[in-house]
Amino acid sequence: MSNNIKMATENMSFYYGDFRAIDNITLGFRENYVTALIGPSGCGKSTYIRTLNRMNDIIPGTRVEGKVLLDGENIYASSVDVVEIRKRVGMVFQKPNPFPKTIFNDVAYGLRLKGIKNRSELQDRVEASLKAAAIWDEVKDRLNKSALSLSGGQQQRLCIARALAIEPEVLLMDEPASALDPIATQKIEELITELKKNYTIIIVTHNMQQAARVSDITAFFYMGKLIEVNTTEKMFTRPSKKQTEDYITGRFG
Amino acid sequence: MEFRKKRKLIEGLAFGVIRLSTVIICLALAIMLGFILLYGYKAITWTFLTQPPTEAMTKGGIFPAIVGTFYLTLGAIVVAFPLGVASAIYLSEYARQGRLVRFIRLGINNLAGVPSVVFGLFGLGLFVVFLGFGSSILSGSLTLGFLILPVIIGTSEEALKAVPQTYREASLALGGTKWQTIYKVVLPAALPGILTGSILGIGRAAGETAPIMFTAAAFYTPKLPSSVFDEVMALPYHIYVLATAGTHIEETRHLQYGTALVLIALVLGINLVAIIIRTKIRRKQTY
Amino acid sequence: MKRARLSKIKEPVIENLFLLFALTSIIILALIVVFLFKEGLPIFGKVSIKDFLFGKYWYPTYDPPEFGILPLIAASILVTLLASVIAVPLGVLSAVYISEIAGRRIQEILKPIIELLASLPSVVIGFFGMVVLAPFLQDVFDIATGLNGLNASLMLALMSVPTISSISEDAIHSVPRELREASLALGATKWETISRVVIPASLSGICTAAILGMSRAIGETMVVLMVAGGAAAIPESIFDPCRPMPASIAAEMAEAPFRSYHYHALFATGVVLFVMTLLFNVIADCVSHKYKQVGTATL
Repeated sequence: MSNNIKMATENMSFYYGDFRAIDNITLGFRENYVTALIGPSGCGKSTYIRTLNRMNDIIPGTRVEGKVLLDGENIYASSVDVVEIRKRVGMVFQKPNPFPKTIFNDVAYGLRLKGIKNRSELQDRVEASLKAAAIWDEVKDRLNKSALSLSGGQQQRLCIARALAIEPEVLLMDEPASALDPIATQKIEELITELKKNYTIIIVTHNMQQAARVSDITAFFYMGKLIEVNTTEKMFTRPSKKQTEDYITGRFG
Repeated sequence: MEFRKKRKLIEGLAFGVIRLSTVIICLALAIMLGFILLYGYKAITWTFLTQPPTEAMTKGGIFPAIVGTFYLTLGAIVVAFPLGVASAIYLSEYARQGRLVRFIRLGINNLAGVPSVVFGLFGLGLFVVFLGFGSSILSGSLTLGFLILPVIIGTSEEALKAVPQTYREASLALGGTKWQTIYKVVLPAALPGILTGSILGIGRAAGETAPIMFTAAAFYTPKLPSSVFDEVMALPYHIYVLATAGTHIEETRHLQYGTALVLIALVLGINLVAIIIRTKIRRKQTY
Repeated sequence: MKRARLSKIKEPVIENLFLLFALTSIIILALIVVFLFKEGLPIFGKVSIKDFLFGKYWYPTYDPPEFGILPLIAASILVTLLASVIAVPLGVLSAVYISEIAGRRIQEILKPIIELLASLPSVVIGFFGMVVLAPFLQDVFDIATGLNGLNASLMLALMSVPTISSISEDAIHSVPRELREASLALGATKWETISRVVIPASLSGICTAAILGMSRAIGETMVVLMVAGGAAAIPESIFDPCRPMPASIAAEMAEAPFRSYHYHALFATGVVLFVMTLLFNVIADCVSHKYKQVGTATL
């Protein structure tokens, strides 16, 4: 682990039309740490994480104020190519969303976008990604089967493999286990702990035990504002704000 | 960097081609409407709209054709509306998934795909010859009615399906029978959508030529029909006749444009009404 | 009590009544088949099925007459294929534009425009082809007549574009947003997302659209009647006048003496046309049912 700040937002606000969904948030993410974003439904944590790779660009009528920094560079600057940013900042979504392609082609998708055509290089990197996502053993004999034939948990790990294949620096996970059963969830959580050696991970979750289990740092969001951020341990034992304590102890949310 | 530029370039080119395709379609429509409007409006006079053709159809108006198209279209909707709405009610409210329904749907889809000239042959074989209705409003209306039946079924079913399930549940929970529920709750809620579909069907029927060529349309009759067994003139057929038959094709060009303009105005007007009603429903629909 | 019993009888009666109505489409379809065959089959007392379908000469009014519809079939295939080559790309690309690229306002303008195009009466399109496009083609290509296969194909393309566009658009629209997001999040450009994810995922719907567009083109009557040129010979180029099946039926039925061989031959041509479109529709139906499930993962 290092103390290097890999990614950060500075006075960042986000609007859907006139509605301010994110209110002036300044927050840094350390390299090779897992940072969990928690908060009740509608608190803006999903909207927030989607600004980190500019996924919200595709929603009409939205706009961002302030800065989002990746290695100190504002990703919303006009000179920046959004496609390049998304290659460096990978994302795993709430619902597993494999393409209706074969397992192999699903993972190779991002590699092909990078212009890799060489078959053996593709094979090597697909295999490496599937191994990194701890799903290789389950799918190695059926790489040419449809990705939709996998179970929900497998699909989600496939999506993680797909995101890892293009070697991002940061991995965003938007409630990656919320649609999965407990066993699949456990596998994903183990995977996250494994992955943080190589990646900076930011994860949104509404499951506080999950945040406690997988993260190093926890940030608490409420009504579009950042209420508190601290090490996960402190956050769950001695939160400094009353609202945080209420939420963690289950008094609302 | 080179590769990145290439990707951007490909994207730009692809979007250019896509935009161009859309522009071509709009342009084609605009050119067509433009020509007909430009050459057609001069022919439109009060006489043109209210008088029968005179002097071997080189002068005069198109009044009998307007009347004929009105009767044929009216007849078609009288045939298709009850059949279509009833079919849609069955498919949306009663039918369970299964072979029978699949079969019925296949039938409807295929009926929708039957070429209009084949409908003409069918009308000739069944109504004109076999049932002995002759070339008449009755034969033509029945043929056109069957032609637009799939349109009415499709749009009515969509309208019925858009009625929220909670409406039905509420009525059933109050002790209503299924039929009472359909009649008193579902149909009124779906009515605007069903009417939209019917208007679209009317527009389709008014513009069709091939189905009425052998079943109803007369080359030339100055007198207006007095019963459903009379032949009539019709706007689409009149355009065809003026443009292709006879010895005065060049001289009557303005009459052809004029008739085409009247037909387009009629059909587009009908469709516009349907589109406006539909947009209004969509805005109003809170469910 | 009495009322309750009454409704116990009444409800099934009503249901079956509606079933009866729902069956009318099937009944009409069956009647179409019956009457086409009834009036069409007698021709095969005069010529064999093979000579009818593959005979190269269509001289129904000569003495002795010849009833070979190969020239008509060839003309139909020519204009349908050429029309599809034009209309499929235009229709699909416009659908991509409407559902993937255009903003909401442009969408709201374009959709009714496509619908208006769909609602134009075919006789008007034929008329336009005859009086505007034909002289234009004649000048541009310096050919004997502008009423030919090319003109017919262009006008047919215009007629099938709305069908192809609106069905493709439905298919594209039904591709889940999650798949687009997945692709964009992997660093794909918008075009890469469209071409590698959205279009493959909606391919069955797009194919259905193309087939139904072709079906519309092959059965369209007034356009080919007015602009194809009418020559009943196997066309050798797109600039040759030709006589597709629907044109032949529509043009000659009025002159064919009642229940003559010519009359029966035209009905038999109708049978061939009907079978062809039926085939198109059945294929389209199979394609759209077989590959329907492309949606997101279910757990």
